[in-house]
Amino acid sequence: MADKYAWPAENERAYIGKRISRVDGPFKVSGRAKYTYDYNPKGLLYGAVLRSPYPKARIVSIDTSAAEKMPGVKSVHIVQKDPTGKPVTIQFAGDDVVAVAAQTEDQAEDALRAIKIQWEVLPHFVQDEKEPSGPLQGPTVMSQDDLVGALSNQMPQGQLIQQLKTNGVSFKVDDEFIKQMKQFNIPQPIIDAVQQAPYHPEAQNQPQSPYKEVRNETKGDPDSGFKSADVTHEGLYGSTVITHCCMEAHGVVAEWPDPDHLLVHISTQSVSSMPGQIAGGLKAQGVNIDAANIRVEQQNVGGGFGSKFSADRWGVYVPMLSKKAGGAPVKVMLERDAELEVAGARPSHYARVKIAATRDGKITAWDANGWGTGGPGGGAAPPLPYVFDVPNQRNRYISVSTNTGPSRAWRAPQHPQAAVITMGALEDLAAKLNMNPVEFFRKNIEYVTEARRQIYLDELDIADKMMNFSSRWHPRGQGGSGMMRQGLGLSIHTWGGRGHNSNCDFTIHPDGSVDIKMGTQDLGTGTRTAILIVAADTLGIPMEQINLHIGDSSYPTSGGSGGSTTIGGVSSSTRRGAVDARDALFAKVAPALGSTPDKLVARNGKIFVEGDESKALTWKQACAKIGPMPITVQGKNPGPENLTNSGVGGVQMADVSVDTETGIVKVNKMVAVQDCGLVIDLKTAESQVLGALVMGVSYALFEEKIYDPSTGVMLNDNMEFYRLAGLGDIPEMQVHMMTGKGYDERGVIGLAEPPTVSPGAAISNAVANAIGVRVPYLPITPDRVLQALESEEKGARA
Amino acid sequence: MRAFEYAAPKERRQALGLLGRSWGDTEILAGGTDLLSLMKDDIVTPKRLVNIKGVAGPELHAIMRKQNGVQIGALVHLADLPSASDIRERYPMLADAAMEAASPQIRNMATMGGNICQRPRCWYFRNGFGLLGQKDGKSLVMEGDNRYHAILGNEGPAYFVSPSSIVPSLIAYGAKVTLASASGTREVALEKFFVIPKDENQREHDLRPDEMLTLVTLPAPPAGAKVAHYEVRQKAAFDWPLATCAALLEMNGGTVKSARIVMGHVAPIPWVSNEAAQAMAGKPVTEETADAAGAAAVANAKSLGRNGYKIKLARVAVKRAILMAAKGGQA
Repeated sequence: MADKYAWPAENERAYIGKRISRVDGPFKVSGRAKYTYDYNPKGLLYGAVLRSPYPKARIVSIDTSAAEKMPGVKSVHIVQKDPTGKPVTIQFAGDDVVAVAAQTEDQAEDALRAIKIQWEVLPHFVQDEKEPSGPLQGPTVMSQDDLVGALSNQMPQGQLIQQLKTNGVSFKVDDEFIKQMKQFNIPQPIIDAVQQAPYHPEAQNQPQSPYKEVRNETKGDPDSGFKSADVTHEGLYGSTVITHCCMEAHGVVAEWPDPDHLLVHISTQSVSSMPGQIAGGLKAQGVNIDAANIRVEQQNVGGGFGSKFSADRWGVYVPMLSKKAGGAPVKVMLERDAELEVAGARPSHYARVKIAATRDGKITAWDANGWGTGGPGGGAAPPLPYVFDVPNQRNRYISVSTNTGPSRAWRAPQHPQAAVITMGALEDLAAKLNMNPVEFFRKNIEYVTEARRQIYLDELDIADKMMNFSSRWHPRGQGGSGMMRQGLGLSIHTWGGRGHNSNCDFTIHPDGSVDIKMGTQDLGTGTRTAILIVAADTLGIPMEQINLHIGDSSYPTSGGSGGSTTIGGVSSSTRRGAVDARDALFAKVAPALGSTPDKLVARNGKIFVEGDESKALTWKQACAKIGPMPITVQGKNPGPENLTNSGVGGVQMADVSVDTETGIVKVNKMVAVQDCGLVIDLKTAESQVLGALVMGVSYALFEEKIYDPSTGVMLNDNMEFYRLAGLGDIPEMQVHMMTGKGYDERGVIGLAEPPTVSPGAAISNAVANAIGVRVPYLPITPDRVLQALESEEKGARA
Repeated sequence: MRAFEYAAPKERRQALGLLGRSWGDTEILAGGTDLLSLMKDDIVTPKRLVNIKGVAGPELHAIMRKQNGVQIGALVHLADLPSASDIRERYPMLADAAMEAASPQIRNMATMGGNICQRPRCWYFRNGFGLLGQKDGKSLVMEGDNRYHAILGNEGPAYFVSPSSIVPSLIAYGAKVTLASASGTREVALEKFFVIPKDENQREHDLRPDEMLTLVTLPAPPAGAKVAHYEVRQKAAFDWPLATCAALLEMNGGTVKSARIVMGHVAPIPWVSNEAAQAMAGKPVTEETADAAGAAAVANAKSLGRNGYKIKLARVAVKRAILMAAKGGQA
């Protein structure tokens, strides 16, 4: 019975792979679903936060004495306090500086106005669109400020350690500093790296350039690749910084029921990791509490998209405000402006690309000079060239440090930007060859990883038919003669998506009721529904008969919902828990059916002997044999049998109209063909793709974080000039999920990120096809379209 | 939001008596769709708020036919304009403009008077840098990001654009507004109501701190006039336009006898283009004449650096409004 956990065969699935409506839909649309914001315990205090008006400034002093005496004020907490006592330097406008809790919102705001801060304003830098010019940073020797900045901006641990190892530090690392780092719960590998970092005191007075080369690699022989080509194209591509813009802002309600226990409601993508994160943050504030004594609850979350993995500053200062207010509950939900300024950003990526091919359309070389920003910490290079690992490539990337809100993982981190650059360059080259991009992509399919070649080829066929792409495709610029031009574009993408670690308690009660407890969260993707589908199909009972409890850190831990890992994780742990619980039940009822457990089947609400349905008990009758104690088992992923997998491919096509007089783009239709292994719920899977297309139209045409060069503040920190697609902007959308043979047996693979990757690239390509010229940067706004048309006209005249 | 004194008078006279002497003393609350966000963002901090929604009598609340024209009370909701037959049938351009504004939720709250008196959306103003967007005596608009700023009437120091997408239609119809204070009333042509402020202490309209806009009066629409309102907007709905135009054409057979061309979102005030009107006079409406009128409308337009594309958009808006008017029904 080595394969008892394996996914049931198609004919044994009552729910898996069918179109099942999400179980929490009625709760959400009727307003009964409770979000962090809806949690209003008795005696609630309202928090307010003083934010930095400057993009870069040193805090000389903070005087909160007047604020503390204001009516209704119960606690005040200085957020920006350096562990070493040194003055803190703010790195972006809007950063949290001081938090206040009061009996009313207005009192809290009045108190903020009474806080006196002495600032030393420093020169800032917020420009990332222009190609870097000027000196690059040498191997960056880290100052103490750099290190504190890197830690507070959550620079990835590996990157930080590598930087410390290669470049060293400009300050003397003494025992006192190490002690402080330990106090502040800095991970040991980082402390070790700081201790071992080479000391370069001479670097103290180096002027800092915002530009840092983070990639410079050559593969094959680009020069001869370009020489042997018949056609070469050079182009500029990119996407500006955008934000996550979750419908529910980040926020926390925290209370201390007694001095040793903390209860936190927080809008998060990672319930199980919150207690540890919050305990670590509190320790840094001198408050010691075991993670085990922190309970985190969250029943619903209004979007995360990668921006809600961290407890964040507010996950620490709200419990601090509560502690200082005698444990009373305190709520801080970020205002929309703060949400846009500080709580999420997708890095920008731009690149000048040179690409070449033979006359018959075989790519021979690639050369990309890229740059972009992820905020104060700079950023990492995107995966270029994307999907097509062409021979003979040179890739250089300069990370730009800016005084802007730090980036967070944004649905398929780096991939949408990489697709815009790569698919744009490929489409431009195909246009130069006067070749239908579908044909061009097929010609170069050997540069795609072997595992997915056939998948892409199949998907290209299906998408082509759904869009009538090849039959309607026209060479570039021949999309009509009037002011309205029509065009078609294409992009392909990939993602991993293996299931994360997940645990659940799976219980069958003697009365036949079933409950599952799991410390996961449903981001709105249908996680609850998926868990119930898997459990119901395993036990052979209706989904409605199963009680599911999630969103509580006191349940068995389950991974954060990121990287498209949730569906694989929770469906696997549920399957294993359900199989073991069911088998334990079989053991109890086998004697009554005159059989042995291995011969029993649970299906259609009954337990019966395989091949003889007359020997059967109803589910209730069977459970009555359990005895007084319920059956409880733990389901685990990973575990025996690999139920989840990694690596998907998708193809998307866009049909657009462009008004060449106004530069306004209308997306008419989008087609998405996507694989994700075994689909648990076809309906929520399709919804996931539809949602990605809507988000894609939004970032392709509208979204852009705009910073003022002179003041360094975000100018469109609202939803009137930070535009999102509205109903009228959403095109006809068609989704096709690859299922059945060749897909189902791969196991369950995540789906959240991949369909978000291609829309920007496909729309950008469709616009180029329509108007005959590339609009280099996303979002494709009227000013950018008109500018591209104008430069084309000038070029034609010259 | 800061604390303020709140008054909800039931009578017009009471309401007028509660108004302040200088800006900052008092703000009038009607739909609140603009004022409340200004107060939450600490941009406007009145000591007293006078809620006029409860003021009795039809004057402020009704749409009434007056002689051959129509009077629209300041408290009439935008949502009520397209559904009123007096407006829909006789002033279709106004009905269209009102339907295109904001979202249904906002149109259900926002009022006629509030729409006229709403404050600019300039992101320097809304970020707390003052109406003129200045810091240390320098214009942040000129030094910074002016992609949505004025292309006409932009000699400075004001560079914001007039925010109403309904006002250009009202002006094209020749609207007047009644401004009431405790000491009496005055009537001003809506076109003259808007002014380009010269310093931070001025506002962008001729309303005095102790006055309340009570009525909008439209004369009878010229017989046989053709009208249309066109918005260049990035999003299909609920989006601030990048340029708008209201066109009213009085025809003489196949040619334009006289035209009223009013542009929005291009200047600190609604921009009446006599140049465009003159370009159309005596001409038939064709793609060429309409485009020539568009060109005339922006002949004096000037880019501030990042908003050059708006010159093109304004020109297109004028052309399309004229062409649509010629194709559309009679006013």
